Amino acid sequence: MWIQRIARNLLVILITVLLGGLLGATLVRVAPGFGVDEQLLDARLSQDSIQALQHSRDAERNILLFYARYLAGVFHGNLGVSHTLGRPVAQLLAERLPVTFYSVSIGLLGGWLLGLALALPAAMYRFKAYDLSSTLLSGLFLCLPSAVLGIVFLFVGGPAPLAIALVVFPKVFRYARNLLLQTYGLPHVVTAQAKGLSGARVLLWHVLPPAAPQILALAGVSLSMAFGAAIPIEVIYSSPGIGQLAWLAALGRDLPLLVNLTVLVTVLTLMANTASDLANAACTSQPQ
Amino acid sequence: MRKQRQFALGILVVIFSVSLMARVFAPAPYARQFRQSPNAPPSRQFLLGTDELGRDRLSRILVGSQVSLLLAPAAALLSTLLAALVGGVAGTLGGWWERLAMGAADLFLSLPWLFLLLTVRAMLPLNVSPLLSVVITFALLGSLGWAAAARVVCAGARGLRTSDFILQARACGCRSLRLLTKHVLPSLKPALYAQFWISIPVFILAEANLGVLGLGVAEPLPSWGNLLRELENYRSLLADPWLLAPLVLMVLVVSCFQIIIPLEDFPS
Repeated sequence: MWIQRIARNLLVILITVLLGGLLGATLVRVAPGFGVDEQLLDARLSQDSIQALQHSRDAERNILLFYARYLAGVFHGNLGVSHTLGRPVAQLLAERLPVTFYSVSIGLLGGWLLGLALALPAAMYRFKAYDLSSTLLSGLFLCLPSAVLGIVFLFVGGPAPLAIALVVFPKVFRYARNLLLQTYGLPHVVTAQAKGLSGARVLLWHVLPPAAPQILALAGVSLSMAFGAAIPIEVIYSSPGIGQLAWLAALGRDLPLLVNLTVLVTVLTLMANTASDLANAACTSQPQ
Repeated sequence: MRKQRQFALGILVVIFSVSLMARVFAPAPYARQFRQSPNAPPSRQFLLGTDELGRDRLSRILVGSQVSLLLAPAAALLSTLLAALVGGVAGTLGGWWERLAMGAADLFLSLPWLFLLLTVRAMLPLNVSPLLSVVITFALLGSLGWAAAARVVCAGARGLRTSDFILQARACGCRSLRLLTKHVLPSLKPALYAQFWISIPVFILAEANLGVLGLGVAEPLPSWGNLLRELENYRSLLADPWLLAPLVLMVLVVSCFQIIIPLEDFPS
């Protein structure tokens, strides 16, 4: 049953990735101004050179042909060449992925720790003043665009991963706070408290097990949030990660780079969602 | 809580009203450059100072608020209509239609929102007229933000599919289009209103991110996004705190939306 489930999820990932890549390629191809190269305006180029430049992009004019060639290249480890940076895409990704992985991982870890650390006391002790101040703090961060958070953090000399953590934390806090408050109101938890069980035992044995599947569901989504936040934050920090690469590709309308980034980020997000789905299923299949 | 909501709604009404009449309140045209006083501090002539091109910052904030506050609800309306159409049709018809529509929604949801927005924005011309850039930015926000709302609408429509009044309407020979427009969507009005309200602050923040990255509304037309680009000169923030004025206004508006929308409905 588990093998079937994993196989079904992998099939969904494969189909979504193929469709996502095709969607990306189609959008790029139908965009106005596609295939226009400013080099063609160079008066020093001969007619032959201009024709050679025009033919160099012929393969990209037919979307399906472009996409089929791209997929064939992927199977041979060739992801194409970036027009704007003039370097193989695989090389660019290999250089920049570790930077983004590091900042996103630290950001996610920090965001989750901070979110849960603030949500647990809010649900456990229900002090009005604490609840209000933590809600206001998370609300303030929820109102700030990630680019502005990046600028503020750069201003105070904070590291980029911490800025990502502060984008993730208010969402984790709000979700976890509401969920834990609901769980603490369940009859079996109220009974456990009435019988005099310690706060830690109530939390670990009676609150976290029913709340875990829903918290895990947010774990997958938070990766997508962190990747989204990484774009403006890496741009502001001039951090050489894939967020900054996406921005450079967007400004340069770089087709191979954009398609590869779309596919890569889709794979990562889907894998995270699948992992959290499977963990969720494992939690819910356990006898309570 | 009710009083807080009324208070937040009051603030929003005031800000919306002032921004609607921005050109009346603005002391100078938003694009006029006072070349003799660039980067001027607040004074009687320029209440919030001027930017590096000598443009009156207060006028630009007023007009920028008009752009952001009029077009974010327009984008929210577009995305809600798309969600109603896709989710409503999928939920009412069911079967392959539903699988296809929800598959498309999953595809959109699996891509990080800002990545998708950045990619699609880059596909369109970057050097367009300011007015066209406004339309492109907010049309993109509206047309890419439908997926999550469509899932909610689809779930609601699916729930209604087997309800008595829908079965009765089908038995009376009601066609699918009529069923959708006269029976299903009117019953889903509360969910659609909620999705509309939730989308507005999300789109305001998305436009701000795009604007700071230089992919939002084009100069010289101001919006909260491109006004926030001034914060990139963060070294002068302590000396010139009035640079924070558009940020303060945006935070105030988005937090008012947060107070109006119940916490549990706010997107996590």
